[in-house]
Amino acid sequence: MQIFLFLLPQLVLFLTVVLVFGIDLVGSKEKKWLPYLALTGAVISLGTSLYLYGWADIGEESVLGGMIAMDSFSLFFQIFASLVAVFIILLSMAYMELKSPYQGEYYSFILLASFSISLLALSADLVMIFIAFELLSISSYILTGFLRKDPKSSEASIKYFLYGSLASAMMLYGMSLLYGATASTNLVHIAQSLAVIEPGLRWVVYPAIVLLVVGFGFKTATAPFHQWSPDAYEGAPTPVTAFLAVGSIGAGFAIFARVMLTALPDFQMNFTALLTGLAIISMTLGNMVALSQKNIKRMLAYSGIAHAGYIMIGLVSWESGVLNTVFDGISGVLVYLLVYLAANLGAFAVVIAFEHKVGSNQIEDYAGLIQRSPLMAGTMVVFMLSLIGIPGTGGFVGKLLVFGSALRAEYYFLALVAIINSVIAGFYYLNIIRYMFFQPLDEAPREKIQLPGSLTTVIILACVFTLLMGILAQPFIQFVQDSLGFVIS
Amino acid sequence: MNFPVLSLITFTPLLIALIILVIPKSKENLIRWVATILSLIPLALSIYIYIVVQADPGTMQLMEEYSWIPSIDVYYRMGVDGLSAVMLILTTLLSTLCYYYSIYTVKDRVKEYYFLFLLLQLGMSGVFVSLDFIFFYVFWEIGLVPMYLLIGVWGGKRRIYASIKFFLYTLAGSMAMLLAIIAVYLNTGTFNILEAAAAQPFAGNFTVAAVAFWAFFIGFAIKVPIFPFHTWLPDAHTEAPTTGSVILAGVLLKLGAYGLIRIVLPLFPAQFAYFSYNVPIIPILAVISIVYGALVCMAQWDLKRLIAYSSVSHMGYVTLGISAAAASLAINGGEQATTSAIIGLNGAALQLFTHGIITGGLFFLVGMIYDRAHTRDLKDFGGLGAKVPYYYGIMLLTGFASLGLPGLAGFWSEFFVFRGAFAIIPTFAIIGVLGIIFTAAYILWKVVQHVFLGDFDQAKWDAATHNAKLTDLATFEKVTMWPLVILMVLIGLYPSLIVRLLNAVSTTMFSNF
Repeated sequence: MQIFLFLLPQLVLFLTVVLVFGIDLVGSKEKKWLPYLALTGAVISLGTSLYLYGWADIGEESVLGGMIAMDSFSLFFQIFASLVAVFIILLSMAYMELKSPYQGEYYSFILLASFSISLLALSADLVMIFIAFELLSISSYILTGFLRKDPKSSEASIKYFLYGSLASAMMLYGMSLLYGATASTNLVHIAQSLAVIEPGLRWVVYPAIVLLVVGFGFKTATAPFHQWSPDAYEGAPTPVTAFLAVGSIGAGFAIFARVMLTALPDFQMNFTALLTGLAIISMTLGNMVALSQKNIKRMLAYSGIAHAGYIMIGLVSWESGVLNTVFDGISGVLVYLLVYLAANLGAFAVVIAFEHKVGSNQIEDYAGLIQRSPLMAGTMVVFMLSLIGIPGTGGFVGKLLVFGSALRAEYYFLALVAIINSVIAGFYYLNIIRYMFFQPLDEAPREKIQLPGSLTTVIILACVFTLLMGILAQPFIQFVQDSLGFVIS
Repeated sequence: MNFPVLSLITFTPLLIALIILVIPKSKENLIRWVATILSLIPLALSIYIYIVVQADPGTMQLMEEYSWIPSIDVYYRMGVDGLSAVMLILTTLLSTLCYYYSIYTVKDRVKEYYFLFLLLQLGMSGVFVSLDFIFFYVFWEIGLVPMYLLIGVWGGKRRIYASIKFFLYTLAGSMAMLLAIIAVYLNTGTFNILEAAAAQPFAGNFTVAAVAFWAFFIGFAIKVPIFPFHTWLPDAHTEAPTTGSVILAGVLLKLGAYGLIRIVLPLFPAQFAYFSYNVPIIPILAVISIVYGALVCMAQWDLKRLIAYSSVSHMGYVTLGISAAAASLAINGGEQATTSAIIGLNGAALQLFTHGIITGGLFFLVGMIYDRAHTRDLKDFGGLGAKVPYYYGIMLLTGFASLGLPGLAGFWSEFFVFRGAFAIIPTFAIIGVLGIIFTAAYILWKVVQHVFLGDFDQAKWDAATHNAKLTDLATFEKVTMWPLVILMVLIGLYPSLIVRLLNAVSTTMFSNF
């Protein structure tokens, strides 16, 4: 019974997928209310997961034959995934109505992808991880290529698919090595076997870790496994881009952290060097390339690569067995994911609204936006400042915890690289603000931009959350701390 | 005392900003006057605080403390002593004057302008009352964004370059500071500035302490600015709108120096002393700032840029005073050295205030002439003294105050700084005195002579300014200048008004070393 309750948010999401998909098949009439059905499902899922969080006496337990981890860490990502679903559906409503006639499929896949995020986070078995991983990937490929008539969209999808299958294959190889070394696919059993592994077999774990990191790095768009992301971000329908930027990265880090915490705690020290390298490359490359972007979606893609690098610092700084301080690293990862979710979705909401109304994604077309829509320009400033990490916004709290964990773990060089990168990132985020505010207003277009209600909702909610997480950070940090209270091991 | 006066003085500007947000954009006059009149509230509060702290200016008082982010021991923690009280007066006074002056001079995007300016005031006031590192840092950064937008939207020709340069320089500094703050927290277990100072972070590990010291120091030095971190300043000053320059020179630069006095010196006295005396990097930088800044002033033909560089030079005195005070800790000079150190520190702190009102005034005056002539090129002027006697008189007085004429405010701060420095680090004091000579030279030669003396050449004026009308100061300009002029004279005649408070703070600080 408890298992059923625990899985309720997933079940609701999945049921909605089936419903939306099925109803769409019946009859040939266009059903304008399908998005609302999808939204209702996502909201119920969010409600149940929040309810569970407040109510359930969650311990740490592997259930369903060790396939599912029933712990507070899973619950955190159930909430995360439902939030993503709600926001992405709201972002899509006005936009996709114009872009594609296949409403039913679109929303089913959005829900399915969100479903697979939480499924990935609560997997406690390599087989389960792989299934959820593939489910997420395949839904993402389809969503990326959803604009069939747009060659850019198709190209993005193919690229994403090719990179993705290679990454999956490598990850699978890593899993098989791990299985070979430990004779188990269950994460907890793997950890137990690894603790007493024969010295002669121990080396097998290292290539396995490297191969697993390839898969996770692909999902989190961490350099050098990021090559798919700029093209996919640019080509995909913009709400899907938002999904990839937030949902996909969240899922990637969820499973990354899970495998590290549960299966490989004794080996954490062995791959910090690898992760440090990835973090440094990711931050530096992401920021450097973002500097020269003219398309805002591409800019956000590269900045996302940089953010993945910052988040990686949290994973690097984690010390085996420590999960009770705010500077433990993993707390930083989760807080960062939350603030990144709010700020990035908000930014994408503005981008979508702009593309929807003006039809452009070029940064220079944002000139004089303050005049055309004070709401969009004003909130965009908040989102950009949060992504830079200015206090008063959530981004600061995220950076504080992540950088703090690096200092606590005495990775001074990493912290130094991170702050240098934060300054570089300031440049291109400010560039957006510059266009919106500084252009002489008489040269910019003057006509006002009227926003659809769904987008206004997202923009305002995201702005409120971004500011709340900066000003009243305690509940959010507490939430993350509680979520790390129980992790199977 | 339960009345949360510090929260009020800090957050009233935010409240006013929110009020302005709901006033329709078209009611520009209403916005202007609401901001100006309501800004008298924080000004009045700062005077109230000034009176309250008189009783015991050396200790922190009017404390407010609430738990803010308990997970990481971050507190909403405020308090004032004499130094903070003086800085609050400077902040609120200059802000109100800027709002008033802007009523008549800012025509473009009025609502945004006042909204941002009030946010800026929030950030500045907050820095001067915060006693928690993270809280301090939050206010420190909050001021950055409005200033960036103020320069970028209402600035001059190269405003975009200047604004981004300003932002990135300061961001780089504050990021370094953030790491140092976290490091101090991890070492001492507190974000409380006073407790951290009492705990002496990294005691016994000089190298680590030195790294943290430099991280803080650079963060503040960029803001002060100390050579070689000063290059953002001339650009930002020159391109900023008049009021932006006033606040930049008057208050924002002081934030950096305030941080050096409030945080760096108490937290890392040994390191500060080491790098001021044994390896005297800091006094060297201070002296370079003073002399180099003054020499560059001599070479300027843009009046505003000249005043901007004079800030580099004058803020060098502040650094010199602080480093002299720190250096006294490295020598065994006994009572006498401590007295000199306190005098030097008093001078540095007083210089914050006097430079704030003097240079704030100078930037107002530059703005006034620019509004008439639409040029700031010194070669275009000449003989204005006879044409605009009122302006000439005020400029002369402010200029004299700037070069440290006895009887005016600037004299005392420079005198104290050098009195302190001569006793402790005489070599640097002697070189630094050159700065005073150069200052006199550029004020008299460049400003007074080129602008006001000689014969007025109508044809040249018409050609340079496209037939601009040359009128003497309007009433609102006089009203803007008078409070500053009165303070310059008042402090010149009776420096105890401020120094008594500062002296108590310095004495308390040195009794803790």
